[in-house]
Amino acid sequence: MRSDEDAETGLDRAFLALADPVRRAIVARLSRGPATVNELAAPFDITKQAVSKHIQVLEQAGLVTRSRDAQRRPVHLDAEALERLTAWIDRYRLDAERNYRRLDGLLAAMTAHNIEHEGKNP
Amino acid sequence: MTNALNLLAPVDTLAIDYTRDFAAPVSAVFRAHSDPDLVKQWMGPSRNEMTIERWDFRTGGGYRYLHRGPDGGEYWFNGVFHTVRDDEFLIQTFEFELAPDMVNIEFMWFEDLGSGRSRLRGRSICPSIEARDGLLSSPMESGMTEGYDRLEALVAS
Repeated sequence: MRSDEDAETGLDRAFLALADPVRRAIVARLSRGPATVNELAAPFDITKQAVSKHIQVLEQAGLVTRSRDAQRRPVHLDAEALERLTAWIDRYRLDAERNYRRLDGLLAAMTAHNIEHEGKNP
Repeated sequence: MTNALNLLAPVDTLAIDYTRDFAAPVSAVFRAHSDPDLVKQWMGPSRNEMTIERWDFRTGGGYRYLHRGPDGGEYWFNGVFHTVRDDEFLIQTFEFELAPDMVNIEFMWFEDLGSGRSRLRGRSICPSIEARDGLLSSPMESGMTEGYDRLEALVAS
């Protein structure tokens, strides 16, 4: 198991990589399936070399991989890395949801004891 | 569970948006936000760990409270109640005192769904995307609580 610190560093690198709008667009495109550098460069008004650089950054952040075999060397999104990236928002959601479940219980008690207008503990 | 929290934090925005339904009238949900004796029963890491120093719930009022972690760590929060309209609408600010000046503006709409049900709709606006992502990934939200595993168990139940 990786330590929290390793995980944090990985997250930092991934978020840093995604701080750039071009790289976010590349990730968005790859979420629909693998693509070659040429295909990835098409929507942008920047050189193929610049796109290659962006892909390199994403690769170093562990977000994408490139096939070694084929001539086209399509770029793939690493679904697992992206999942790690979204886990943090889920953690926040779960914390908030746990509070609201406690509020559910409180509201049920308030209604049952009809204390809505006294605000006393049930 | 059909009432589960719906939370959205789109990548390129400063917002955290959420909705949550309750099987209770809107007046009860609002009261659970306005009355400090009720607030401390549900808000925060776990029961009885929230100490409210100030709770002046009115337009122009404010609040300050303490969450104490299981490790004894103390986490203070404060803000102002900018706009309070009973059973309807709330604007407040929110500041985690270990991240000074990173003040969020929080909007909450309390909506009557009829048949004794209601909906809370919230929008929190953060000062920067970095601040927002920091808040969403903050260990103070999870590290000080009972732990991720227990949260997962809770949601699975």
